[in-house]
Amino acid sequence: MSTGSSYPNERASGGPLWRISEGIADFGAVVIRMIEGLGDMTLFAWSAILWMFSRLPRRDTLINSMYVIGVQSLPVVAIIGAFTGMVLAVQSYTQFRNFGLETQLGGVINKSMFRELGPVLAATMLAGRVGSAMAAELGTMRVTEQIDALSAMGANPIHYLVVPRFLSCLLLIPSLTIMAIFMGVLGGAFYCVQFLGIDYHHYSTNSQRFVENWDLFYGVAKSVVFGAVIGIISCYRGFNCLPGAEGVGRAATTAFVYSFVSIIILDLLLSIVLDHIYLAFWPVAPSLFGG
Amino acid sequence: MVAASPLIDLQNLSVRFGRQTVLRDVSISVPAGQTLAVIGESGCGKTVLLKTIIGLVAPTSGVVEFDGRQFGNLSERDVSAQRTRFGFVFQNAALFDSMTVAENILFPLKQHRATGDADQERAMHSLLTEVGLPNTVLKKYPAELSGGMRKRVGLARALIMRPEAVLYDEPTTGLDPIMSDVINELMMRTRDKFEVTSVIVTHDMNTARKVADRVVMLYPLNRLQLDESQILFDGPPSELDASTDRRVTQFIRGEAGDRMMELSEQAGG
Repeated sequence: MSTGSSYPNERASGGPLWRISEGIADFGAVVIRMIEGLGDMTLFAWSAILWMFSRLPRRDTLINSMYVIGVQSLPVVAIIGAFTGMVLAVQSYTQFRNFGLETQLGGVINKSMFRELGPVLAATMLAGRVGSAMAAELGTMRVTEQIDALSAMGANPIHYLVVPRFLSCLLLIPSLTIMAIFMGVLGGAFYCVQFLGIDYHHYSTNSQRFVENWDLFYGVAKSVVFGAVIGIISCYRGFNCLPGAEGVGRAATTAFVYSFVSIIILDLLLSIVLDHIYLAFWPVAPSLFGG
Repeated sequence: MVAASPLIDLQNLSVRFGRQTVLRDVSISVPAGQTLAVIGESGCGKTVLLKTIIGLVAPTSGVVEFDGRQFGNLSERDVSAQRTRFGFVFQNAALFDSMTVAENILFPLKQHRATGDADQERAMHSLLTEVGLPNTVLKKYPAELSGGMRKRVGLARALIMRPEAVLYDEPTTGLDPIMSDVINELMMRTRDKFEVTSVIVTHDMNTARKVADRVVMLYPLNRLQLDESQILFDGPPSELDASTDRRVTQFIRGEAGDRMMELSEQAGG
């Protein structure tokens, strides 16, 4: 019996062939939805970028966004940065002491803060504190027809609502990252010198020896990409919010989850690319273990 | 006095969202100066019709013209300019939460840099008087206002650009009978004083009878045959009671509830 003739029977009985084909169809539908969503978000981002260059947002809306996104995030980022530096010191101390390398702790703490933890922590904070709030705010505006009202009055919602938020994320995340790095370096140094009894002179010398301008560029470059992604994903989720309180809640949650997953994936890709660039220009780097 | 030339012209308009068709082959022409009430049950496509007129919803097929121009053929700048010729009063007013009443009313003028600051202030105070609100509300936020006050602020914001057409989405929904009547009076006063063309989407028969020159009744597509028109009634409100269509008479008398329950019970098996 051919497959064609047995298929209706399979369907009627809910047999294995039917279930497999249903599974493939469901998987295909998910893939299509993902591609559609990605395409839609790309067009959304493109529209925001075009508006950003064609007409600057109003000064009051931009300053308000910058205050909420940048200034109000600063204290939290500073606290998290400082404690992360101290935790790094606690976790690394035992390992380094076994090799008699405890004075090198500054190198590993600072390198980690500059290249990895500073940008990722600042971005995670931005996604959690600001990204989900932006998605909820824009989602509420969608649900209560405020976005439609903007359009009805001849204002472009992407220009009026998305561009200031996107620009604020893009321009202020480097400052937040630098703050996280600074406080992490300070926290690590404080704990090592005050509680672990490491000599300040050696700690400081080794810290300076292993951290270069490139490391600062490395962290800031990553953070700019993270900021752009958080801004676009959060605004997009808010703009495409489903009706009702549940829709707004879901928009806020998915904004954070999608932003965080994107940050982690982009972190790996950017690390690979930036390391390749570094090795192309400076093939021999100073080593923590005798270099 | 109703002029002959249509200011708003919908020809064979169809709107579909995914697999669901909301409007099918709807044709309505609204001459300048006319007040049209669109009535019908919830879910029959009234609000979609209103949003299609101003270009917030794109038609799947058919033509939507305002003063002879189609939104689909306009550039971004022209769409923006065209929309300033409309005022839109949303169902829940859709005031911006983060702005005061004054900022809400002035928003369209500031957005289009229409006049100087002094003229803007004058226009705002004049409209505030027109809609019967005291100056004390200007510094309040929308959350501090009652439903009726929000609707009046929404109307003031819709009128600040001196539009040629005002679109009202369920203007009396959620209001007590007295406040509903105040809003009805305001709509009539707006029509007479500013000589605007009005399209009012409502399921409030008092509003339709009192304010409109003409009433169009839409019916949900899922309860129509394929060859039936979605418009069950099109005429002056005085002729509503003479309609021979049982669906129209049931709706205007508010008697369709038992039929709806019957249908939903049948659907549920």
